[in-house]
Amino acid sequence: MEQMTEVILDNGMKVHLMEIHTAPIVSHWVWYRVGSRYETSGKTGISHWVEHMQFKGTPLFPAGVLDRAISRDGGIWNAFTYMDWTTFFETMPAAKIDLALKLESDRMVNSRYDPAEVASERTVVISEREGNENEPLFRLDEAVEAASFNTHPYRNEVIGSIADLHAIQRDDLYQHYRKYYNPANAVLAIAGDFETRAMLDRIGDIYGKLPGTPVAALEIPLEAPLNGEKRIEVRGPGETTYLNLSYRAPAASDPDFFAVSVLDSLFTGPSSLNMFGGGGISNKTSRLYRTLVEKELAVSVNGGIQATKDPYLYSITVTARPEVEPSAIIARIDEETSRLQETLVTQEEIDRAVKQARALFAYGSENITNQGFWLGYTEMFDSYRWFSEYVQRLQAVTPEQVLKAAQKYLSRSSRVVGTYIPEGPQS
Amino acid sequence: MNLLFDININSLPGPHDIHRKVLANGITILTRENFQSPSVVVSGLFGAGSLFDPAEKLGLAYFTSLALMRGTQTMDFQTIYDRLESAGASLGFAASVHNTNFGGKALAEDLPLLVSMLAECLMHPTFPEIYLNRLRAQIISGLTVRAQDTNEMAALTFDRLLFGDHPYARPEDGFIETINRIQRDDLVEFHRTHFGPESLVIVVVGAVTAESVFDLVEKELGAWKNPLVEAAPSLPKIQPLKATFREHVAIAGKSQTNLVMGTLGPRRNAPEYLTATLGNNILGQFGMMGRIGDSVREKAGLAYDAYTSLNSWIESGSWEVAAGVNPENLEKAIQLILQELKRFTTEPVSQNEIEDSQANFIGRLPLSLESNAGVANSILNLERFNLGLDYLQKYPEKVRQITPAEILETARAYIDPEKLVIVSAGVGPQKGQP
Repeated sequence: MEQMTEVILDNGMKVHLMEIHTAPIVSHWVWYRVGSRYETSGKTGISHWVEHMQFKGTPLFPAGVLDRAISRDGGIWNAFTYMDWTTFFETMPAAKIDLALKLESDRMVNSRYDPAEVASERTVVISEREGNENEPLFRLDEAVEAASFNTHPYRNEVIGSIADLHAIQRDDLYQHYRKYYNPANAVLAIAGDFETRAMLDRIGDIYGKLPGTPVAALEIPLEAPLNGEKRIEVRGPGETTYLNLSYRAPAASDPDFFAVSVLDSLFTGPSSLNMFGGGGISNKTSRLYRTLVEKELAVSVNGGIQATKDPYLYSITVTARPEVEPSAIIARIDEETSRLQETLVTQEEIDRAVKQARALFAYGSENITNQGFWLGYTEMFDSYRWFSEYVQRLQAVTPEQVLKAAQKYLSRSSRVVGTYIPEGPQS
Repeated sequence: MNLLFDININSLPGPHDIHRKVLANGITILTRENFQSPSVVVSGLFGAGSLFDPAEKLGLAYFTSLALMRGTQTMDFQTIYDRLESAGASLGFAASVHNTNFGGKALAEDLPLLVSMLAECLMHPTFPEIYLNRLRAQIISGLTVRAQDTNEMAALTFDRLLFGDHPYARPEDGFIETINRIQRDDLVEFHRTHFGPESLVIVVVGAVTAESVFDLVEKELGAWKNPLVEAAPSLPKIQPLKATFREHVAIAGKSQTNLVMGTLGPRRNAPEYLTATLGNNILGQFGMMGRIGDSVREKAGLAYDAYTSLNSWIESGSWEVAAGVNPENLEKAIQLILQELKRFTTEPVSQNEIEDSQANFIGRLPLSLESNAGVANSILNLERFNLGLDYLQKYPEKVRQITPAEILETARAYIDPEKLVIVSAGVGPQKGQP
C-alpha cells in the first residue's frame, strides 16, 4: 500500500495525501463532520439540503459556472450526506486539479444561499424524498430506524421528514452551513497523480488562509438497550412482503466491529465498503441464504453492518415468498442465530471472510476516486488506521470472538422486527 | 481550445495494447494487461438473445441465462457458488435482446477458476428441476416488484409503444404468465440450439498476460462445438412514429410519478451516431443534466432527476427524456421538456455549448477507462459493433469535427416534438390527457 501523508494546518484542517501514479488523474475530497447525527428535532434533513445548496454558487463561482468548468475538463464531481458526515469530491485530469482546490475552499465559506434558490431547491429535495417513498423498502427502513432509537438522531432518515422539509427556512440552512463548514471541522483528502510537497504548498496557499473555528465535538449519550423486542408493521401498495430485522450494532471504533463483520460475512454474505467501483460478491453460500432461499421461504436475503461513529444497526433484509408467513422466516432466522450463539464457527470460515475482504479492497483499488474516498471517510468515525489495518484486524478475529459477538449483538430482546405488508396491486 | 488537445491517445486502449485472437472454433478473445491492481475482469457475450423467445414464452433467454449457474455436469449449485464466493470472485449471466452477456471478477490468481467456471456453465448446464422452480419464484417476485415500480413501468411501456412488433418492444425478463409457461425442456432446447462458440466474444482485462489468457480460454473452451446453433431470424422493420402517443400507467399509493418521453434514435453503427450522442449531451446530460436539467430541475425546481439518454443497439435505438415529478407537476414538466425539444430541433446549439461537450467527451475518456471493468466494457463494444480497435485513438478527432449544423440536422432527422411517445406511471388516472 502507498504511503499516506498526514498534515494538520494551523487553522485545524486535517489533510491526507496519497500519491498514486497509475493514471493522470487526481481525486480531491473535502469531508465535514456533519450529517443527520448533528440535527435537532424539527430540522431533520437540513444537512442534506445544505449539501444541495452548496452547488448553488458563490460570488466568485456563480451556479452553473463550476459545473461547466469541471465537465469541460472531463472531470466528475458530486456530494453525499450521511448520518455522520457530508462530503464533496472532484475527480479531474491531474493537470486541472487546482480548480477543485479553488472551488472547495471558496464554497467552504462564501456560498450565497439566495432565497429564490432555497425555494426552488426545497421542491427538488421534496421530489427526491418522494422518489424514495415510491420504494417499499425505504418506507420499511425509515420505520425500523425510528423504532430502533428513542432519542439518538440515527432514528431519522438523512433526507429528513416531509414536515421538516416544508418548515426549514433559509436562515436555518445558512446557520447550519456557517457552523459546520469550516477548516477546523473538515478533512481534506487527495489521492492520485501529484507531487506531495508541491501539493502541500498549494493547499497551504489556498486552504491555509481560511479561518478555522473549532466545533465542539458532539457527544450523544448512548441509548439504553431496547427493552425487549419491538415488532412493527408498515402497510403499503404492492404484492411483496419484506422483513427488516435490525439489531443494535457496535460503533466502527469498537473492537467488536471486526468480529461482527466476520459474522456478517458468513451469516448474510460479505458487504463491500467501497463507495465507487468494485462490485460485490454474491451471498449464495451464506448461512441465511441456505436456510431461507434454498429452503424456499424467501426469494432473497441480505444483511450488513455500517461503519458509524455511534452504535447503529446490523440489519437483515428478507424478501419473502408470497405463500410464506413472515413468522416462519423469523423462526428460521432465530434458529440460525442460536447456532451462531452456541457453536463456534470454523477457522476456515474466518479465513474465507478475510479473503473476500481482500478481494473487495483489490477491486476498489482500481479506481482513484475510491482511493480518495478511503483517505478521508474513516476519519469521520475513527482514523485512517481503521482502513489500513482493516484486513489484519479481520484476520485476528477468533471463533470465540464471533461466538461472543453473536451472543452480545444478535439478541432477540434488542432488535426491531419490521414487516412490510403489501395491500395488493391497487391500480 | 487547447483543452481539446490535452489527451495522450496512446494511453487509451488500442491496437498497440489490445491483444486479439480467434480460436479455430470461432471464439474471439480480446485482452489487455493491467498490473496496477491485483484483480482481473472477464466479460463477454454470444448471440443467444431474447429475439429468439416465442411470444408466449417471453423471458426464455433470460430464464436460461440465470439457470446456467444452478448446476452443471460436475458441480451442483452450492459447489459452484462455494468455489466463487470462497475466492471472493463473482460471475453472472443475463440475456438482452441480441445476446446472452456474462461478466465476472476475481483476484488475478483466481482467473483459472473463473474461466473454467464460465466454460462449465456455458457448455454443461444441467438445469436441475428443483432449482428451476426456485429461480422461477425469484423471477416472478422480481416481476411482481417491477409491476409496482413507477420507473420501470414507464420505461417498459415506452418501449412497447415505440418499437411496435420488434423484439425491442418486449422486456427481456418477460411477464409473469410467460415465465410460468416455461418448462425445463424449453431451457434445454434453447441451450441446445442457441449456445455455441461461433459468436462468443470474451474480453479479459487485468493483472494477467495475454498469452496466459489465450492459453486458458483455448484449454477450457477451445474444443467446444455446436453445429445446431440457429441463425437469428430477420426482424420486423421498425416504423417511425406517425403521431404522439400518450399513456399513463396507474400505480396506486406512489408519491412520485415517473415520466419517460421520446422517440426513435440511431442504431449504434449509424454514421450520425456520434453526432447524436454529442447533441444528446447538450440536451440532457452535460453538467447538471444539460438543458433539460437546467429547465426542469435548476430553474423550475420540479424534479430531482430530469435528463436524456440515447440508447443505441444493432437495428435501432431510442432517444428518451426521463424525469420523476410530483403528480401535480407532471403536465408542467412535459411542457418544459417539449419546449426544449422544440428549441433543440429548430435552433443550432451555440458554439460554447458544442465546445463544452466536445471537451467533456474527450476529457472524460481517462476516467471512464480507469477500472478494468470500464476497459473491458469498452473493448467489448469495439468488437460487438465492429468499431475497429483504433476507435478510441480516432475518437477525439471525430468528436472535434462535429458542427452545430450537423447536430441540428441529426436532431431533426430523429426528433419531431409533434410525434412522440409520452408515458407516465404513478397515481392516476391522470387528468388532462389528450
